[in-house]
Amino acid sequence: MLPWFMVTLVGQDQAGIVAQVTNLLYQNGCHLGEASMLRLGGNFTIMMMVGGMDSTEVLMQILRPIAQKLHLHLHVDKIEGQLHQHQLPDVRVTVYGADRVGIVAQVTSALAAAGLNILDLESDVGGINEAPFYVMHIEGIATQGWSALETALQTILREQPDLEVQLAPIEMVVM
Amino acid sequence: MARLTLLTYPDPRLKQVAEPVSQFDAQLQLLVADLEETMRASPGGVGIAATQVGHLQRVVIVDVSSKPKISHHGRLILINPEILDWEGFEIGREGCMSVPDYTGNVVRATHLQLVAQDEQGKEHKYTMEGYEARAVQHELDHLDGILFIDRLVSRRRDLFQRKSYKKTNSS
Ligand SMILES: [Zn+2]
Repeated sequence: MLPWFMVTLVGQDQAGIVAQVTNLLYQNGCHLGEASMLRLGGNFTIMMMVGGMDSTEVLMQILRPIAQKLHLHLHVDKIEGQLHQHQLPDVRVTVYGADRVGIVAQVTSALAAAGLNILDLESDVGGINEAPFYVMHIEGIATQGWSALETALQTILREQPDLEVQLAPIEMVVM
Repeated sequence: MARLTLLTYPDPRLKQVAEPVSQFDAQLQLLVADLEETMRASPGGVGIAATQVGHLQRVVIVDVSSKPKISHHGRLILINPEILDWEGFEIGREGCMSVPDYTGNVVRATHLQLVAQDEQGKEHKYTMEGYEARAVQHELDHLDGILFIDRLVSRRRDLFQRKSYKKTNSS
């Protein structure tokens, strides 16, 4: 079985990046697996699993011209991962507050110490230039249970009482 | 009784609309029994629709009683179910025996009023909420050829209010 590669492409956002990149891969016989493509701070970022080729070099050769044309940084890694290895999150943490240095570091350190395995973290800065606020959503697995996370968040709130923190279970319904 | 084979997406039968049940006969009882066996054989399965086994009739079973600390009606056999009224909405994570290896966030009503017949054809009205209401909505969708992946909401911009545990700094 051919390996999967993790392809990273990052650069100034412009219309048509996804279509051009994926078409080129398709025309060269590659296929795509799980992917995340989004705009962050005016840049467009692509991280995607690409299969169908046997070496990093071949994939680099296919992608280099388009990366140069679109001024994207290109990185290709052979990975161990496969499809169908989803893990299911059981908790969701939302944190927001006036933006300041260290929110992510402090919150995630406390949560990691309390057994949270992060599967997905997305954060954003909103508000006006003079008064930005920070919003962070985390989905993860509480490997040491719910109350450990509660305690961790409580400690954060005691130190930074103006932060808004929510801990919510993600209940899976399978039908 | 027999355990039936579950259809999995992209089987086109999952996208078809099921017909109302008109005969409350031995054949229907057998279908209900087989559906229940199939549902109970699936780990974590709290509901099943006849559509999921390729039987395009409006028959659903829901049983969320295995879930602790929630209100529920136990084992529900819902034939020709109709939602009479609904209220509130909440985002929640769903998976489906017919859509393996995939889960996603779906908005559902938090409170439902429902009318359905039982396997003898007798009509019952139900008022339900939360987890059970979500399961029923998911199953009723199957009868109309709708999968939860037809109703996914964006993960990144989920602005829906959900019941959540709100920490305060009072302690
Ligand atoms: Zn389902």
